[in-house]
Amino acid sequence: MADSPLFQALHMEMAHALCEEQEKGLSVLEGVGFRVGQGLSERLTKEMPSFKDELDVLKFLCKDLWVTVFKKQVDNLRTNHQGTYMLQDNQFLLLTQLSNGKQYVEEAPKFLAFTCGLVRGALSNLGFDSTVTAEVPVMPSCKFQVVIQKS
Amino acid sequence: MSRQASRGTESKKMSSELFTLTYGALVTQLCKDYENDEDVNKQLDKMGYNIGVRLIEDFLARSSVGRCHDFRETADVIAKVAFKMYLGITPSITNWSPAGDEFSLILENNPLVDFVELPDNHSSLIYSNLLCGVLRGALEMVQMAVDVKFVQDTLKGDGVTEIRMKFVRRIEDNLPAGEE
Repeated sequence: MADSPLFQALHMEMAHALCEEQEKGLSVLEGVGFRVGQGLSERLTKEMPSFKDELDVLKFLCKDLWVTVFKKQVDNLRTNHQGTYMLQDNQFLLLTQLSNGKQYVEEAPKFLAFTCGLVRGALSNLGFDSTVTAEVPVMPSCKFQVVIQKS
Repeated sequence: MSRQASRGTESKKMSSELFTLTYGALVTQLCKDYENDEDVNKQLDKMGYNIGVRLIEDFLARSSVGRCHDFRETADVIAKVAFKMYLGITPSITNWSPAGDEFSLILENNPLVDFVELPDNHSSLIYSNLLCGVLRGALEMVQMAVDVKFVQDTLKGDGVTEIRMKFVRRIEDNLPAGEE
């Protein structure tokens, strides 16, 4: 499948440029991802029938959204059926550009913030408020934890 | 067969929409962060430059174009190979200066500005300024110092988008790399 060098290059530069001031930068980057997630989810679901339930929405994220942005599906989706989901990507596109060295694990938050926002934005567009966090157990794999807020 | 083909174009279209959406969100954020359009323009140029110095390697690997012998060849490669590869469009090359050191790229439509409208209070914003930085950074890595700027912009009501490129000088190998 064709990859997206321009998007990846832009993402990497945003991670550097917006995170020069670490703390505020991460939330700014997350906010950019949020807006993109809203827009992308809007476009992707235009011609689709509405989702049956929350799990259906998460499956859409793991398949359609993930393939569009990261060129593959999420490898593993787990849930406690009480609003918490764990999405695991073993070859996360935005981490594969980085070396596998330990130093990059420290830098990893910069490279995850956009995607956390993306997921949160996509969910928001589909009617769900959530918190999304991410961690890198070992490069280049990535785990995203999504907690749907009860209204 | 045809379903695969349409999947391929659909995916490519979505890919380019992803870039357009991301770029739009970035510009929106920068307009919040900086007080005036000039500063946003500068930041876009700087970010573009940083992207360009890395993207050139990707470009050379994918395109297998050889060394360009003159600025005319460079113009051709930029319009027919690079723009096509990354943005899916082929700008036309016009308005060569008599000395052959300046030309224009004319973009009938600019994919970056799909669905974009400039609000009234951002009349000095050069929305696609990232592109200028990318071109400048990429060419610097192949030993060419160039000036790149937008001279027409459909976002500002012009009929086309026009990017003017000027060759400044050859960069010798032993000079240190450009700005940070």
